[in-house]
Amino acid sequence: MSANNPEYDFTWCPGCGDFGVRRALEFAMGEWNAKYETPMANNVVVAGIGCSGNLVHLLEGDQPYGFHGIHGRSLPIALGVKMARPELNVVTVAGDGDFLGIGAEHIGPQAARNLNVCAVIMDNSVYGLTKGQASPTTAQGAVTNSTPYGKLETPIDPLELYLTLGVTYIASSYSVKPRDLAKLIFDGMEHPGFSIVHVQSPCTTYNDTFEVLKGNKKKGIDPTAWTIPDDHDPSDRAQARAIIEQGGVPLGVIYKDETRASFDAGADDIRERASHKDVATLLAAYDL
Amino acid sequence: MAGRSEIVVRFAGEGGQGVVTAAEMMARAASGVGFHALTFATFPSQIIGGPTWTQARISRSPVLAPGDSVDILVAFNAAAYEEHRVDVRDGGVILIDPSITPDPNDPGHRCITVPFDELAKQTGESRAANMVVMGGLSRLVNMPVQYFKEFVSTRFAGREGVVEANHMALDLGLAHLAEEAPVSDLGEPDPPTYKQLFIKGNDAVSLGAMHAGVEFYMGYPISPATPILIYMERNLVGPGRFAYQATSEVESITSVLGASFAGKKAMTATSGPGFTLMGEGIGLGWMAELPCVIVNVQRGGPATGLPTKTEQSDLLSALSPAHGDSRLPVIAPGTVEECFYATVAAFNWAERAQCPVILLSEHTLAERAQNIPKPDLAATPVENRVTYQGKNGYLRYDARELSPMPLPGGPGAYTANGSEHDSYGDTTHLPARHVQMTERRFGKLKLLEDGTFESERKAAKIAIMPWGGSKGSVREAYDMLREEGMDIGWNYTMYLNPLPPKLLEELLSKDLVIVPELNYQGQFASVLRSLRVNAEAITQYTGLPFKAGQLAQRIRSMIAAAPKATAKQAVKV
Repeated sequence: MSANNPEYDFTWCPGCGDFGVRRALEFAMGEWNAKYETPMANNVVVAGIGCSGNLVHLLEGDQPYGFHGIHGRSLPIALGVKMARPELNVVTVAGDGDFLGIGAEHIGPQAARNLNVCAVIMDNSVYGLTKGQASPTTAQGAVTNSTPYGKLETPIDPLELYLTLGVTYIASSYSVKPRDLAKLIFDGMEHPGFSIVHVQSPCTTYNDTFEVLKGNKKKGIDPTAWTIPDDHDPSDRAQARAIIEQGGVPLGVIYKDETRASFDAGADDIRERASHKDVATLLAAYDL
Repeated sequence: MAGRSEIVVRFAGEGGQGVVTAAEMMARAASGVGFHALTFATFPSQIIGGPTWTQARISRSPVLAPGDSVDILVAFNAAAYEEHRVDVRDGGVILIDPSITPDPNDPGHRCITVPFDELAKQTGESRAANMVVMGGLSRLVNMPVQYFKEFVSTRFAGREGVVEANHMALDLGLAHLAEEAPVSDLGEPDPPTYKQLFIKGNDAVSLGAMHAGVEFYMGYPISPATPILIYMERNLVGPGRFAYQATSEVESITSVLGASFAGKKAMTATSGPGFTLMGEGIGLGWMAELPCVIVNVQRGGPATGLPTKTEQSDLLSALSPAHGDSRLPVIAPGTVEECFYATVAAFNWAERAQCPVILLSEHTLAERAQNIPKPDLAATPVENRVTYQGKNGYLRYDARELSPMPLPGGPGAYTANGSEHDSYGDTTHLPARHVQMTERRFGKLKLLEDGTFESERKAAKIAIMPWGGSKGSVREAYDMLREEGMDIGWNYTMYLNPLPPKLLEELLSKDLVIVPELNYQGQFASVLRSLRVNAEAITQYTGLPFKAGQLAQRIRSMIAAAPKATAKQAVKV
């Protein structure tokens, strides 16, 4: 809402990957509204804490509803919104620290439930807003503000984690091409279940990986990003695992399981089966 | 003691021996025929076994507390006999299994052996041992066995064999004690003319929430709040409603906030450890101005503490569960009946002021089964949120006053923000905004000053003022002291924050306000002192409720030790 609100004083650093993710999300919500003929107000963006979470205030144009909560809790807040109002399009935006560090406990349960929200994760392998500490995806041995003698832990592989936990839609991308990213986010929104679009979104101040992602022929740097071939079958779990095990940053849809019912579909099923009683009837069960 | 108009029966044994159901059955049967009854239960935190005891107090007039002295003890094992016989009054009766050898040097009590299990087996229903006990008790308390038979017929309606076996068990128990003199003569019940429920505190909370229009519930299992989760999962069904088990209290509170943001009346229930985990989320609700109800059914703490015992030690954390400047509205029911109304009030407050409200219950209330007047739904108004219906570009957090709430899908899109924010909901660090918004959030508490309160003998300079589930025991102590002619007054409210202004005014006029409460620090007394009330606590932290007689003695001592002028006034008849 910054456009009509000069008081808002947060900015991303020049060149931040999150700019591209913001644009991609705007495209995806626009496409959603066009397809389903819904107003922007039917979209809810639930944000985590950190640079990435500020995306909710920096969206331009027609404004969706936003919820900028507390650190690590974007998923359970989104669960509340979605299960209260399943007709809403609920998206969460969070960084690697928020989502995979303090908030990691919430991924498994939402995967098990197949909660019908789309999580857009901006991974820069660093805690940027607190000025450069190690995150769960920071490389082992990396010297950061908080690991002066090198990071001791091995980094987690988020894509492998998602697949293992049973997330039913997993896509991977980078923030370099917003139009391409928007397609994956829209596809994630369309997916009837829990979708995660994991985006490499470099931090130009503390961990600028743009060059590594895109490669630089002059310097002899091979790109870590690579496009998933067209013949990949995302419904095949073994193939999805093979893609992840190839390493680097795959671009595209890795895994998609459309056979499982979503959490709200399950809730609808309960509503069908359970008999709803009015308060007078409920009280009468305790009559003397 | 023939002619005594009330009776206290205690059942003690191991978990799984039917101890818990025995007291409830007795109370339910007694209430069913027009007596007043109330149960007390305390048990260890394990599935089967462990020392468990329950108590039923039955009277011809309404009862307030579990009762101090036991008339009849039913001891299911030797350990229970040893532990509990000291609480049986002189002339009281102890029923024991033949496997237990009674102490020959215990002439004050009449010890009767009853082969519960053996008699039960004769009925072909080995689980009918409880009914053998009830049959015997019907003789001892002089309550016709027919009362229990009717209860059995209703409870097991349609299961002829079970009914027959249980009726036979009742008869066998009665026959076994046929020659024994009754311990008490309750006489004929004097049934109330109004409609009644027989219900536990936790269920009354759940029903209050239902009447208030709860639509969304997430909760994590935790003693003693679990029955509320179970109730909601079973009954909060149907269009637009959702109840489910959370994976943690962090998930409970944050999902409740999400649902509230989306427009639902939302609630969660927990106990101390879960409440602590919710702290940050409750702060978010306060900051983002999202209505919801958080029930804390207190148990002993801190940490895992005493999961199945009672304590009133979460008041300070209920007022300030979150870091930073906040003071949550708190409502603490004092009786099972109040559990219903307090929950409705909590929802009304939450929706009116657009903020989380804490409902502070406790173990004794949660597990207490009691006959209560049936709530009159039509006379219990329900308030709904004022929602925004205007145009986009709305200032949701107008600095001047509470503003209607926009809902997703509708006009006025904004960002609910846990960071300090401006009128749009966008993050800001401007000092003037933090001042405005802090004052806006605290200012809303003014909307909640409609709480009711009890006030008796207003002119007395010393007042007794309990809070929460201690109300009943304290009231009995108060009545004892009044009978002695002590010049003391009575004040009570379940609206602990904000306190009703008129009540506060009255308390400020007292020389001394005595607050009996179940915690070490004297938490409510310290809150009252911060409001300049001259309050002193009488504390107990055993995990058990007050005994009225002991409490009366402590009040006498406190008044005697008070500055002379105050003490003199009190004993002047």
